[in-house]
Amino acid sequence: MTDTAQTFGFSEAVQQDESRVMTYIAAISEALRYEMRRDPDVLILGEDVGGEFGGAFKVTKGFEEEFGPRRVMNTPLAELGFTGMATGMALMGLRPVIEMQFADFISTAFDSIVQFAATTHYRWGGAVPWVIRAPCDGGIRSGPFHSQNPEAWFVHTPGLKVVAPGTPADAKGLLLAAIRDNNPVIYFESKPLYRSLKGYVPPDDYVVPLGRANVARAGDELSIITYGTQLQESLKAAERLAAEGIHAEVLDLRTLKPLDTEAILTTVRKTGKALIVHSANRMAGVGAEVAAFIAEHAFEWLDGPVQRLGGLDTPIPFSPPLEDAYRPNADKIYRLARDLAQY
Amino acid sequence: MSAQELSRDQHLEIYYWMRLTRTFDDRMLALWKQGRGVGGTFSQRGHEAISVGAGYALGPKDVVAPMHRDLGCYLLRGLSPRRAFASLLGRATGVTAGRDANLHGMGDLSLGLIGFISHLPQSLPVTLGVAMSFLYRDEPRVAMTFTGDGASSAGLFHEVLNMASLYNAPMVIIVENNQYAYSTPLSQQMKVPDIARRADGYGIPGIIVDGNDVEAVYAVTKEAVERARSGGGPTLIEAKTMRMLGHAIHDGAEYVPRELLAEWEKRDPIRLYEERLLSAEICDQAELDEIGRRCEVEIEDAIAYAEASPWPDPATVLEGVYAP
Ligand SMILES: Cc1ncc(C[n+]2csc(CCOP(=O)(O)OP(=O)(O)O)c2C)c(N)n1
Ligand SMILES: [Mg+2]
Repeated sequence: MTDTAQTFGFSEAVQQDESRVMTYIAAISEALRYEMRRDPDVLILGEDVGGEFGGAFKVTKGFEEEFGPRRVMNTPLAELGFTGMATGMALMGLRPVIEMQFADFISTAFDSIVQFAATTHYRWGGAVPWVIRAPCDGGIRSGPFHSQNPEAWFVHTPGLKVVAPGTPADAKGLLLAAIRDNNPVIYFESKPLYRSLKGYVPPDDYVVPLGRANVARAGDELSIITYGTQLQESLKAAERLAAEGIHAEVLDLRTLKPLDTEAILTTVRKTGKALIVHSANRMAGVGAEVAAFIAEHAFEWLDGPVQRLGGLDTPIPFSPPLEDAYRPNADKIYRLARDLAQY
Repeated sequence: MSAQELSRDQHLEIYYWMRLTRTFDDRMLALWKQGRGVGGTFSQRGHEAISVGAGYALGPKDVVAPMHRDLGCYLLRGLSPRRAFASLLGRATGVTAGRDANLHGMGDLSLGLIGFISHLPQSLPVTLGVAMSFLYRDEPRVAMTFTGDGASSAGLFHEVLNMASLYNAPMVIIVENNQYAYSTPLSQQMKVPDIARRADGYGIPGIIVDGNDVEAVYAVTKEAVERARSGGGPTLIEAKTMRMLGHAIHDGAEYVPRELLAEWEKRDPIRLYEERLLSAEICDQAELDEIGRRCEVEIEDAIAYAEASPWPDPATVLEGVYAP
């Protein structure tokens, strides 16, 4: 509790405010509604986002009623087209927030994102201030096409920014920062956390700056570097390790591009050991970049091999025993971390 | 036809932009043959009536996303030949300060220009978004873009026609049907001879126009622009023409039958327009020659400027990836 209070910068008194405890998904809705009330240039577009329905996950339920169809645009099933459309709107100074129904479908919009939007400012100075909200991750028995974590494709792409909140407060604060940023930002929101995770969310204008990681739990024997869904799993693992007298620090990256390299260096210099955890499969994932960065810049501080834990390098399987074998979780993190601590 | 409303000055202006485009193109190709070019480039020959005629139909606050055969449209929007040439040569003074190649990326929102990327037809959805921003803000502005016969077979083309129709977007799409997509003739791209008919599937007007007749291109585009501006929604215009040289500078286009080119050569858009201006006694030959000389001077100046311009400083290579 103390760690959390410190790291989020909220006083314990404020955190006791029960009325501000909400689910991760409610924090996303709150941020969107807040920003749409504040800035008339912000609009929402995507499949099924409008009307009574309010999106596949109900994030925008009631929005059309409040903001009207001009600002809450239902689109046809045409991700490539409507993402490119958002780029045109953004070039003209609007701030579209695109709901990709599932992060998995973002591949159909790939050209609009990585070829057009990501390159425009570098090529001729056109700013593209849109946000794509991409509901990602699995563990909820949704199979290969509703469970993906495609963040590495975008982290690899110059000109984009990528965020992946792991708490309700960050879900709000990073979304406000993403919408206000003048660049295309992909916001990976964790489906498994939507309704399973609750937490204190600051009211009103709460912005978490892009590019800043957060020490979610302090410790000095090893660093677990993570983000998104796996933050909670890492915290659970750290709790269990602590019960055995192993003090793990948990660094929540929060923003994957630009990476908070200072925070990575700080924690690795402090602990001398690093385990990187994410839900996405390991090969060429964000963990590979973080590991390479540590190898390049903190080699002499290391007391053990940098470890990575991610999904297996397979399509994401559906059946519970297979998906459980595929996914990282608190238990797997605990075991790897314990071995690393003993190295 | 609203083209009849063109004043003498407007006629001469249109002629000037076409002639400037042709002069630019001729000098550019010559430069490349002398080994003074950088990378590749695209010839504009045969497309001048489309890029100029359609571009001329826009108002100053409208926005356009031209493609790689639309140098004329860039120029008439106010992009100077100096900046354009400096772009082609990769200089610091070019539109993209050396970041994007040949005619790509020549965007300048102060001129209402959106730069294109290679991936076809990515300018279409972006232009739709520009049009949607005009609807969003209740502005009486129009967005226009150009695309090729080849690009009209991409799924994205159809996504955009559908959405533009659905949202009644104030948008004009010009398809420059120049009979080829690189080496592939139209007959190997689609069974339907008229790309304009693709509009039927989306419930929007699909209009065919002679792409070598600048007045006709201007007239149909003007009508489409005014329709869009007054809430009548999008229009697809198919301008039929011929790509008179290779796909790009490296391409000799041996695959194009010479007789076909000879047929189209007789209908060179600039010569056609000259004949029309003279026969309608809108101006005399001396005036046309004078405009030609002006264009030569301007393009020579642009080349001298571009060649004397500094290369971008490699120390700046990291700059501009992100907007502040
Ligand atoms: C998605 C995509 N595939 C391939 C290319 C390579 N390419 C560049 S232009 C071109 C032909 C385009 O034909 P068309 O649309 O008719 O335009 P034109 O060059 O004839 O004016 C091709 C295949 C590309 N730019 N984009
Ligand atoms: Mg073509």
